[in-house]
Amino acid sequence: MAPVGPRSGDAIFSSIDRVNAELFTLTYGAIVRQLLTDLEEVEEVNKQLDQMGYNIGIRLIDEFLAKSGVSRCVDFKETAEMIAKVGFKMFLGVTASVTSWDADGTCCSIILEDNPLVDFVELPDTCQGLYYCNVLSGVIRGALEMVSMKTEVTWTRDVLRGDDAYELQVKLLKQVAEEYPYKDDE
Amino acid sequence: MGREVAESCVDTMLMEMVAMYSGRFYANKPELAARRIEAIGYQVGHQLSERYTMERPRFSDHLEAIKFICKDFWSEVFKKQIDNLKTNHRGTFVLQDNKFRWLSRVSIDPSSENETEDPSTPGESKAAQAVSMYLYFPCGIIRGVLSNLGIPCAVSADISSLPTCSFVIRVKA
Repeated sequence: MAPVGPRSGDAIFSSIDRVNAELFTLTYGAIVRQLLTDLEEVEEVNKQLDQMGYNIGIRLIDEFLAKSGVSRCVDFKETAEMIAKVGFKMFLGVTASVTSWDADGTCCSIILEDNPLVDFVELPDTCQGLYYCNVLSGVIRGALEMVSMKTEVTWTRDVLRGDDAYELQVKLLKQVAEEYPYKDDE
Repeated sequence: MGREVAESCVDTMLMEMVAMYSGRFYANKPELAARRIEAIGYQVGHQLSERYTMERPRFSDHLEAIKFICKDFWSEVFKKQIDNLKTNHRGTFVLQDNKFRWLSRVSIDPSSENETEDPSTPGESKAAQAVSMYLYFPCGIIRGVLSNLGIPCAVSADISSLPTCSFVIRVKA
């Protein structure tokens, strides 16, 4: 029988197919490195990493919805909690926390306690301006867009750039009305 | 067991890496896209090899190094071993994986191949081309591992019967 209601990120992570994180981390590192060689401009590398993340996000949202059993979130606050508690856990095996809500509940920060993308990574001085983990912000933006939320996701703190944590600011720009060819209650 | 991530993270990342190079950057220059994808694999193989061989004595010959790829290395990365190893004892090795993990969800729709009945187009469908683009990555990984072990070589892949995949290693004399 299909599970009823949302499952915890831990439960999902322990039940899905997993692979050695070294392969994941080193492959991502090799992609970033190749992009830096091919594109020269750091800004352009940031853009491509974000684009790559966006495309990944629009694929991963299906798996997220199917495996988590999460249904419609009542508000953006619940959405952010789901990303932090279930999303990060089920895909990367790490937990994140949500803080710094603005007054109208449309902008918050997601803080990563642990980040498998940056194991073994040190940025040389020539990479100033690189948002190494930009793929992650793209993933969130892409995934949310598939559930009708236009967002802007930016890095506000980055350990690789000398900060004390990894912090993403997620800002809800617009909730696009869903247009189904059918009504909810039919 | 070290840290793990969901397999779909690696799958989607590889898919997007291939799409980026062969679709967005070098749509009309597949050979350049292939070279970049292979280079990314090479880098990964080089680094993984470094990590996995840290505690071992040097390999005494080529066959020992290839056996390391077939058993230990493949198990770390794909959770299974290579199913069959053949060699002509003159520097060519064929590593056959009967269910290569990165192709286990790939199928080439035969109907799409029939669409191209125009005899002027090569017999390879778009899907088959995409798969071969994808395979430059594991080929690069194998070349990276062997090069790190001091064995220069060329690596190609054969997928005439999916999901079986054979990697052909030709050691440079």
